[in-house]
Amino acid sequence: MSAADTTTPIKVPPPRQAPPPTVPESPRRKRTSGGAAVPWALLAPCLLILALVLGYPLGRLVTLSFQEFGQSQLWGFKPAESVGFDNFAEVLGDGEFWAVVVRTVVFAAACVIFTMVIGMLIALLLQRVSGWVKTLINIALVASWGMPIIVATTVFKWLFDSDYGIFNALLSKLPGVDMIGHNWFASGPEGLAVITLLVVWGAVPFVVITLSAGLTQVPKELEEAARLDGAGAWGVFRYVTLPILKPIIVMLTTLSVIWDMGVFPQVFVMRGGHPEAEFQLLTTYSYNKAFVVNDYAQGSAIALLTVVLLLGVIGVYMRQMLKIGEVE
Amino acid sequence: MSTAGVSGPRRSKLGWNLLGLLVFVTAGFPVYWMLNTAFKPAKDAIDPDPSLLPTGVTLSNFSRALDIADFWGSVGRSLIVSLAVVVIGIVVGMLAALAISRFAFRGRKVVIVGILAVQMVPLVAMIIPVFLLLNDLGQYDRLTGLILTYLTFILPFTVWTLRGFIVNIPRELEEAAMVDGCSRTTAFLRVVFPLLAPGMVATSVYGFIQAWNEYLYALMLMSQQNQTATVWLGNFTTKHGTEYAPMMAGSTMMAVPIVVLFLLVQRKMAAGLTAGAVKG
Repeated sequence: MSAADTTTPIKVPPPRQAPPPTVPESPRRKRTSGGAAVPWALLAPCLLILALVLGYPLGRLVTLSFQEFGQSQLWGFKPAESVGFDNFAEVLGDGEFWAVVVRTVVFAAACVIFTMVIGMLIALLLQRVSGWVKTLINIALVASWGMPIIVATTVFKWLFDSDYGIFNALLSKLPGVDMIGHNWFASGPEGLAVITLLVVWGAVPFVVITLSAGLTQVPKELEEAARLDGAGAWGVFRYVTLPILKPIIVMLTTLSVIWDMGVFPQVFVMRGGHPEAEFQLLTTYSYNKAFVVNDYAQGSAIALLTVVLLLGVIGVYMRQMLKIGEVE
Repeated sequence: MSTAGVSGPRRSKLGWNLLGLLVFVTAGFPVYWMLNTAFKPAKDAIDPDPSLLPTGVTLSNFSRALDIADFWGSVGRSLIVSLAVVVIGIVVGMLAALAISRFAFRGRKVVIVGILAVQMVPLVAMIIPVFLLLNDLGQYDRLTGLILTYLTFILPFTVWTLRGFIVNIPRELEEAAMVDGCSRTTAFLRVVFPLLAPGMVATSVYGFIQAWNEYLYALMLMSQQNQTATVWLGNFTTKHGTEYAPMMAGSTMMAVPIVVLFLLVQRKMAAGLTAGAVKG
């Protein structure tokens, strides 16, 4: 595959290589070098659409965050004027913004850690259970994975309803506990804990299924050898399984960070479209500034800061993806 | 396995199986409870001491759900949008995927990195400028506007996934066809295309699911009369409270077709995503 996927034909092939292509380099070269126009023509429709629906809005996001843009600019009563870094200064100088940043980071970290740890544990468990149990778990996982986020959120809202929710009813069955009527969304941390549960419930299946696929590729001989050398179950996992799974784990973790930092509908729908101050994450905060306070410029500035905050993580993910892309 | 050791592993297997069943029950419970509530008589749904087992089957919640707002209208709009997005995405994405997987040209790497990178921009961050853009184009509250915006995430996804499927088709097959006298185009149509078809179906179905499930843009860019299926689900909560049992019936109607579609393609998509990961 690798020859098909590298840009420069002269590049030294990686050591582990499929047999050399039967067709010599030259005809391929002739075919591709003549027609640099062909690939660009094939790409043109895609790039045009992306420039319109992605490139332009991204550019506008940046310019907006340096302008004054409110209701009167939206209706065209006033031209949008550049205000330099005023929006950023205002956002960064606002204590509430920092509270939101901290809340978002803690929330996303909790989601990612729980997703990855629970996902790993279930993937390992799947290797040890009987076939029929494995099938049952897989059915449950795929069902929860396939559930539309909005439906899942609606269902969780029902599960955690204060008066008729099954969760409170089940908790109250425990001796000495009476949770009937307990409102999980009265306080931010408790409500966000429920939302964390919802996010983790939806995210674990992807992690389990990806890790399970990875686990099947861990050579049994290596595990055996480690065991003969006296490693316990933990030792085998730590020194054999984990290093082999590392590329997958890095990918899953970075993807989870990106997804969990972008959580929006879960909070929005759970709080009936108006998340209270204690529930605001960067995404809902930006939305609020733009569409509730009608300060589109500050909303954009917050959105841009969120993207910047994510850039490092995105970089790690991209490096990993490209590395994999080259061996393909 | 020696006979002496049988009872040991078997007993430990029992422990793992019990743990596995616990995982099954926990992971599956929300789905079970959705179905349970959906088919329950509405008065049993607001029992402070709910019964965990079904208490009788009724379809009244479903008929109530169908009466709420404009169910079929919103489903129709969701269908139009999702299908249009998938068709445009597959056609345009296919051409682009071919370009980056079968041609060597200057700037190819930049395009690949770009397509990968734009998938990582959170959709929420784009909502403000997209809203302003559609406002300027006169496409606010129009299905065409929504279709256009959905391409922001469907198109890069389609290109990337199709590329994954294409690079897994040996180039030698095409070359053999060309040696036998096919032109580049016929070689593609006769050799690559049939091999790619399952991948294209999986990509389309997955793209369809993503477009169907989208909530934020649908909420922001469409008015109440033009809402799509995901937004429709919000109609069960009014000032007077939430009608939970019909809402679960509505959820069931939304979720079951999507979960079934998902079931059909999930294996293929998951395999495509991880194919190269361990080798790396």
